[in-house]
Amino acid sequence: MLPGVIALALASLYLSALLAVEKQPLIIGLLALAVIVALGAYWMGWLASVSRSFADRENVLGTMAIVAAFAMAAYFHDDHFVLLLIVTVLLYTVATLGLNIQFGYSGVLNFAGASFFGIGAYTSAVLNARTTVPTLVVLPIGGIIAALIGSLLLLPVLRTRGHYAALVTIAFALLLKAFLEVNDVLGGPQGLQVKGMTVGGWSFNDSIELGKIELSFYMSYFVLSLALLVAAFILVRRLERSWIGLNLDALRLDETAASCFGLDVARWKITAFTLGNFLIGIAGALFGMVGGFVAPNNYTFADSLILVSILLLGGIGNPWGLAVATVIVIVVPEKLQTIQEYRFLLYAVMVIAVLLFRPEGLLPRPLRSYFPGWRP
Amino acid sequence: MDIGLLAQYIMNGLMAGMMYALVAVGFTLFFGVLDVIQFAHGDVLTVGAFTALITFVGVHAAGVHSGSIALLAMLIVAIFATAGLGMLIARYLVLPLRAAPALNTLLITLMLGTVLRESVRLFYPQGANPKPFPALLPANSINFGNFNLRLDNAIMLAAGTAVIVGVEFLLNRTKLGLAIRAVAQDEETARTMGINFVAIVLVAFAIGSGLAAFAGVMDGFYYNEINFGMGLYLGIIGFAAAIIGGLGSIYGAILGGFLFAALQTIGTVALPFASAYKDVFAFAVIIIFMAWRPTGLIREKISERV
Repeated sequence: MLPGVIALALASLYLSALLAVEKQPLIIGLLALAVIVALGAYWMGWLASVSRSFADRENVLGTMAIVAAFAMAAYFHDDHFVLLLIVTVLLYTVATLGLNIQFGYSGVLNFAGASFFGIGAYTSAVLNARTTVPTLVVLPIGGIIAALIGSLLLLPVLRTRGHYAALVTIAFALLLKAFLEVNDVLGGPQGLQVKGMTVGGWSFNDSIELGKIELSFYMSYFVLSLALLVAAFILVRRLERSWIGLNLDALRLDETAASCFGLDVARWKITAFTLGNFLIGIAGALFGMVGGFVAPNNYTFADSLILVSILLLGGIGNPWGLAVATVIVIVVPEKLQTIQEYRFLLYAVMVIAVLLFRPEGLLPRPLRSYFPGWRP
Repeated sequence: MDIGLLAQYIMNGLMAGMMYALVAVGFTLFFGVLDVIQFAHGDVLTVGAFTALITFVGVHAAGVHSGSIALLAMLIVAIFATAGLGMLIARYLVLPLRAAPALNTLLITLMLGTVLRESVRLFYPQGANPKPFPALLPANSINFGNFNLRLDNAIMLAAGTAVIVGVEFLLNRTKLGLAIRAVAQDEETARTMGINFVAIVLVAFAIGSGLAAFAGVMDGFYYNEINFGMGLYLGIIGFAAAIIGGLGSIYGAILGGFLFAALQTIGTVALPFASAYKDVFAFAVIIIFMAWRPTGLIREKISERV
């Protein structure tokens, strides 16, 4: 367990340093240091022992990760930008966890992840402006709407495989953006404003004062996003460990064999696709409220590919790897302003390199461990 | 509706159908020889169109003001450059992944498409904005009653037909075409018969990518404008057209291209709201079609071996 604790502590310290530093040369230096340390750790075999301790003591280390996240948020308590960045990372991780159920477990392709994220955000924009539905209830509604619109794609996705299914979801991503751009009711290309979260008459967009310390208003979003992430993480982990996860794995590895053994292929594909879109939709609904603004340009096909990149870089099917990859993909371009413009290009190149040289991702999915600590 | 307007719609449909067919033939060729879908094909088309534009600027800067020479140079440079690009893609990205799961080829070509698209957007001067495309074809038109046939459209249609007939001739009447068809039918037998498999794959990718460049230049002349996202749109529609006709069949791809254009034209005419929602309609048609006939109008006859 010790390697996991050390890795977690180092990672949080490093991330705090990266978030705090403003000067570009220092950031470049820090990033180079991370690459060297990661490569060195890989060479020395430390990464393997870290991943083993995460597999053995997931509950303890997960709790520690939550504490570390709170410590970081407390350190940056009055910095709007950094907190927004942390919240973005948390919500994108939730979305990629949803995508992970589809891609990583059941093997259902979805290249419209950002579209379902956008559907969630648009749902919260419309519901918060036009209705009096409590904003906390809007979140699951966002998920349900994303799942419902996604179910329109179920028939073509179920009847097709591989490349054909990819075509369906890509066509949907392009369709949705074209639709949002010409539809005046949803604000057209300019998009819509989203009202912030209010719980029990208390608006999340007001800053918080604790005695003399003033907290950024993003702090409340941080707490909620972290809660959402923890819930999603536990859900995905339980799902993976359960017989449902086993079924999904069988489905991905060999559809024909799975159906020969009596698995209902359609049923599990529907489950995975809908559940994944539901998670993505919830994350999108909250993200819309955090950002306060939705526009079709934020949810393009390129953004969907970014989500897929996170999945591939992190190692398909490994939730911890996803969290790491999300940090890399979201935080690095925000801090290193020179590459912000080039981020789509950069991640596409990175994914090509990963696919050519390390197809299992940076942190590959470990074997399912039913008995923590047990070794054959 | 009067005859003139109808003829205009048919003409528009034919032009769009020609472009879709050219792209679809590329998809079908790649699928034929390697059983892969090259998702970057649309963006290869974008690269072709932009190469043509660069050539035009270059020829103009070199002091040549003859329209026909510029046109010829544009076509030749664009087609050869993209053919080379297609071969590079096949050699270094698609062939090395043959043993890997099909998903990896899909992802790598998707990401390559992003690389090409983003490179055009970032590295072409002001590449994020649509670029005007030179009008080099004669602009006068012939009037038939109240339909005027634009000469440039007629030329493009004729050239497109010639290219398709040429490809058909190449595939069905030459030794090279025989080799391509042999590889498509059975790779191992083709190898034992002394066909250089890798060379044939590269040639097929060169032909398909060259066709995409031709379609891209045609698109530029037709709309007088090109942009970095044009290939994504044409690529998805071209892929759908190839599926409609049944992947692997050249005639099917051509048929699928025109069929899709016909559907799109009918949709624009019949549905009052469709002009604003033209793209939405096109992609909705793709999704509905995939739900209805996932393997195309002419069903695939293969059964899966386990």
